[in-house]
Amino acid sequence: MDQTANQLQDQFQQRIDLEQKIEPRDWMPEKYRQTLIRQISQHAHSEIIGMLPEGNWITRAPSLKRKAILLAKVQDEAGHGLYLYSAAETLGISRDEMYEQLHSGKAKYSSIFNYPTLSWADMGAIGWLVDGAAILNQVPLCRTSFGPYARAMVRVCKEESFHQRQGFECLLQLSRGSEVQRQMCQDAINRWWWPSLMMFGPKDDESPNSKLSMQWKIKRFSNDELRQKFVDMIAEQIKLLNMVLPDPDLTWNEQTKHYDYGAINWEEFKQVIQGNGPCNKERLEARKKAWTNGDWVREAATVHAAKQAKRKSEAQTFSAKETQ
Amino acid sequence: MLQQSIKSYIQQDLQTQYLLHLADNALILSHRNSQWCGHGPILEQDIALTNIALDQLGQARNLYQYAALLITEKTGIATTEDQLAYLRDVGEFKNCLLAELPNGDWGQTVLRNFLMGSYQFFLYQELQQSAIGQLKAIAEKSIKEITYHVRWSADWVLRLGDGTAESKGRMVQALELLWAYTGEMLEPCDYELPFIATQSSFIKAAWEAKIASVFSEASLVHPTNEWMQSGGKKGIHTEHLGYLLAEMQFLQRAYPGLEW
Repeated sequence: MDQTANQLQDQFQQRIDLEQKIEPRDWMPEKYRQTLIRQISQHAHSEIIGMLPEGNWITRAPSLKRKAILLAKVQDEAGHGLYLYSAAETLGISRDEMYEQLHSGKAKYSSIFNYPTLSWADMGAIGWLVDGAAILNQVPLCRTSFGPYARAMVRVCKEESFHQRQGFECLLQLSRGSEVQRQMCQDAINRWWWPSLMMFGPKDDESPNSKLSMQWKIKRFSNDELRQKFVDMIAEQIKLLNMVLPDPDLTWNEQTKHYDYGAINWEEFKQVIQGNGPCNKERLEARKKAWTNGDWVREAATVHAAKQAKRKSEAQTFSAKETQ
Repeated sequence: MLQQSIKSYIQQDLQTQYLLHLADNALILSHRNSQWCGHGPILEQDIALTNIALDQLGQARNLYQYAALLITEKTGIATTEDQLAYLRDVGEFKNCLLAELPNGDWGQTVLRNFLMGSYQFFLYQELQQSAIGQLKAIAEKSIKEITYHVRWSADWVLRLGDGTAESKGRMVQALELLWAYTGEMLEPCDYELPFIATQSSFIKAAWEAKIASVFSEASLVHPTNEWMQSGGKKGIHTEHLGYLLAEMQFLQRAYPGLEW
């Protein structure tokens, strides 16, 4: 690295250390840019793919009120995808390129969405556990060093917190309902608990991207720190539901003032990431199908816009001639 | 199932039938539009159509809640919006057939929304003058939303009608399919007459003029067939509604009487 590059690098790190936001036109190390593109696009894809498991239940929601809440929530996720794609675009990648990476399997999305939604209670469990885990990951991102990402996350977090509350409230209703509803509730918690813990990513000593991300303040807490925070929060909240978490090793540790929890099945995590989760193929196929089926629509919209622009410019030329 | 005494009350009360008809149109159309959520051709448009589905669901809820209130008052049996939406079978639904047809492609979906939204626009414009205070209030709130639905769907009819050869072809095909279902909206049946009798010919003329103007800009010509499919308003539906309700009502049917 020559001297100028070194200077730029040092200045960049100084700005980060001073908690100054990095903006799209500022100099940044190429690795910082690539890391952010990877992380933000992965986040955007997760929002878009995340619409599918819940979208599943829009047409089957058990009451009009629940249907309205669910529809609004899934729509919020589309909105989050939109802000995030826009934030990533400021780094010099187009939305179409990001879609291409998703469809080809090059870009990843959160593995949690490769699990199926089998009962209505899953809508509650996703809101409470999945969005709950997402919030813990995302709140620190409101202070992340890249300006557009941080600003997008402020709005995302506000909506996510509503999502989590509605999820908990949905489960609370079930937990106070009939025996069959309570079973539905417990079953959903059983299925979503471990995948939710995996949402925080690999253990700290096996997380390849973490160190640099911490130095650049893209990331502010380690995976294990956030996971522990989540366990502590959920272990308390579940008492209100009178349900149990499917972990016999979950116990309060008086010394650490945290809950201890059992071993996570990292082999399952690896398999789902590699494409072997229960719904990997369906999720990606659904997105690819939506995109391909929309080819003619997007093409027609582009052609129509061009025709309109041409007519407008012809009309202007004509009226200019007339006034001459 | 709805209690027999509620059913009997609905069968003899035109106002409740009319409210259910309006609500069913909104709910069934909302259901169809909501099926696009997560599958739209453009992210912004996915959001827009979901928004429309949400508006329509909100309109349906206002109307069902009002109908439920009237039924409760008149029969003394506590009735809710959910009972009306989830416990009636195909023959009791009063929506127009146009609302329940499958979505087809994006062109068919936007065209249906345009045809039906334009009708709802002129109808709700009239209902803003309704002598029934609650209906007037619902119309006043809904018209703002419907104004946007018509603008949005008309824009799409224009883009696709005046886009590529393929999009034009698809719109012509969609129009051939949907046109025969438009007549039912415009011919009032017995329970509509007390509420829109004098305005129905105006609504029809205004709707025809709106359609003609957008179609002419989109260089689309509607079929000239005189024969119109009807029956939905009186509970004689297409085969599609049964499947739609089976899906929508599944939880309430499988686990009756529970709170969700």
